[in-house]
Amino acid sequence: MKIHEYQAKEIFATFGIPVPKGKMATTAEEARNIAADYGRPVMVKAQVHVGGRGKAGGIKYCNNADEAFANAEKILGMDIKGLTVRRVLVTEASDIAHEVYCGIIIDRAAKKPVIMVSAEGGIDIEEVAAKTPEKIHKLHVDPILGIQGYQARELAYKVYSDPNTANQAAKIIQKLYRCFMESDCTLAEINPLVTTPSGEVIALDAKINIDDNSLYRHKDFEGLRDVAPAEESENEAREAGLSFVGLHGNIGCVVNGAGLAMATMDLVKHYGGEPANFLDIGGSSNPDKVVTAMRIILRDPNVKAILFNIFGGITRCDDVAHGIVKAVAEFKPQVPIVVRLTGTNEEEARVILAQSHLPAADTMDGVVMKAIELAKVA
Amino acid sequence: MGIFVDKKSKVVVQGITGRDGSFHTRQMKEYGTNVVAGVTPGKGGTGFEGIPIFNTVAEAVKKTGANTSVIYVPASFAADAILEAADAGVELVVCISEGVPANDMLKVYNYLKSKGVRLIGPNCPGIITPGVTKVGIMPGHIHKKGSVGLVSRSGTLTYEIVYNLTLRKLGQSSCIGIGGDPIIGTNFIDCLAAFQADPQTTAIVLVGEIGGSDEEEAAKFIKKYVTKPVVAFIAGLTAPADKRMGHAGAIISGGTGTAAEKIKAFQAVGVPVAKTPGEVAALVEQKLKASESKSKAKPAAKPAKKAAAKKPVKKAAPKRAAKKPAKKTAVKKVKAVIKKVKVLKAAKSKSSPKAKARKK
Repeated sequence: MKIHEYQAKEIFATFGIPVPKGKMATTAEEARNIAADYGRPVMVKAQVHVGGRGKAGGIKYCNNADEAFANAEKILGMDIKGLTVRRVLVTEASDIAHEVYCGIIIDRAAKKPVIMVSAEGGIDIEEVAAKTPEKIHKLHVDPILGIQGYQARELAYKVYSDPNTANQAAKIIQKLYRCFMESDCTLAEINPLVTTPSGEVIALDAKINIDDNSLYRHKDFEGLRDVAPAEESENEAREAGLSFVGLHGNIGCVVNGAGLAMATMDLVKHYGGEPANFLDIGGSSNPDKVVTAMRIILRDPNVKAILFNIFGGITRCDDVAHGIVKAVAEFKPQVPIVVRLTGTNEEEARVILAQSHLPAADTMDGVVMKAIELAKVA
Repeated sequence: MGIFVDKKSKVVVQGITGRDGSFHTRQMKEYGTNVVAGVTPGKGGTGFEGIPIFNTVAEAVKKTGANTSVIYVPASFAADAILEAADAGVELVVCISEGVPANDMLKVYNYLKSKGVRLIGPNCPGIITPGVTKVGIMPGHIHKKGSVGLVSRSGTLTYEIVYNLTLRKLGQSSCIGIGGDPIIGTNFIDCLAAFQADPQTTAIVLVGEIGGSDEEEAAKFIKKYVTKPVVAFIAGLTAPADKRMGHAGAIISGGTGTAAEKIKAFQAVGVPVAKTPGEVAALVEQKLKASESKSKAKPAAKPAKKAAAKKPVKKAAPKRAAKKPAKKTAVKKVKAVIKKVKVLKAAKSKSSPKAKARKK
């Protein structure tokens, strides 16, 4: 789950990471009031789940409250990489003497969290990692022991020469690590971590991604989810225990298992069709999941045919068959549906489906080709 | 033979009384798996269809000699269940549960590694040695005993490919689903090394998907250490960037982890990549035929010997088990491979010199 900068800064603050004062606004008037309250220059920053906000004109310096109003009015409603800005952060502007990059991710190959710092702040870390990896200093932390003080200091001294700022940065690195582990982040990033002319080290920006698998133990984070209108189907699917990703084709796909779902999309493309979506109904499926899946897919007006490709393991084919019968009765879909069910309890499923007279296929290639053919006719 | 599980595997089921646990315990027993115990805290002393239930894994191991655990508990209890199994002294833990937080797995992975306990999963279908034992949730009847080793990050996609192999009468030595999460206990390289060392296995199928770099690492490993034919399939060519495709680990981020990259990595080391799941079996058949005729031709042909001597990495087929001395060298080679894997893995975890110093 991605969260906004202002939300990430609130989390940072609970771990004692210094951040500039700031408040979120959804109207220009609110932005003016916040700036007036601070009584000094502020930044107005677009809050969208995408990088490159500055380049897109979504971050503006404002000398006073009136400028904050004018800039917020420009930024709110702005489109940044396909996302509409609906919130801005109004935050005290800071003078910058020096800036560095500091971030933590999971190193999948090393199976450890890795802390990365670079003397170049404000950078695109992926670009630096690809082009000049020697400019990034890395530290793999033993997740059982946690980060040690000396490790944070060693890392800090690689990018700070002044002991005062190095010590502040070392403490921030330790706090960021605690934040990463305790908040179940998949990414925690300060870019840039700045030093002010008076020698204070503060997190000028904040980026946090939360592991979806951990949300059951972070009930407070659920409220942080900001669903863009384009992502509403994804969100509904997630709440029903499904995984859905919308695409631009016309073959709706209902599959169990992520690997098979991806392979089914790929096969649609391979045979000259275009998949309308990725949809994994997951394991332990109950019939209601199939009903939700059908509702989400039928909402897409581009869909001209729907295919079911189910290979039962922990998913029982009879559960899915019950769901299909129920969904067809409920929605009376106008688009053709082709079904392929194999594996656990497939015999029972066949009996259930026989009542619904839906076209069936025996193989994955068969169901995909049949769906493409039906979509052309429709 | 096969890998990781065989007729000596004595299985304890953690979460045996749950919906999935009970259903699949029954299925495992029907397949012939030696399920010796179940664990559900609070239900110790009762039983499930003749299988004794214990409150703790430690007790189950003590009373029944279980050496393999399979976990069907909800994700929020899974990390605890894995650690419990490892501390109770089982050698292999298979975690089926989906949705375990990645940061829990970071700790669990590193702890199990320090104890020398193998973990398969989480978020995986488990492992089956057809005709012998199945520890997991895969439908047993689609498998057939044979010599193709299969390793996959997926569950149902694996069944699809196994189904096609069986239709072509290509039986399997072992089929292992390593799981769709970013942090998993057993990776492609572990399985490739085990299949290379397994005398029953004559060809290997590797099923990968978008996200991470395990496939690229596997390709490098194959080039160096695997002499048996390998066929690959990669899912997710049509997946968009920055979207999690069901599996927590299946995400293209920062432009890396694409299917195209992975396919390229395999092709670069001479591993054919099937265009569809259905094509895998045909490619395996071709590869097996080619290596059979090659190994038949080899003992007589002198030039082939010369060529082999020139190469720094020997590519000679290890299946020439007819002569005894050849068998010995094969065993030696396999031992060397396993050693190299260990060295390689050790080197990997030493990527941070500080971490290394601290361990000492």
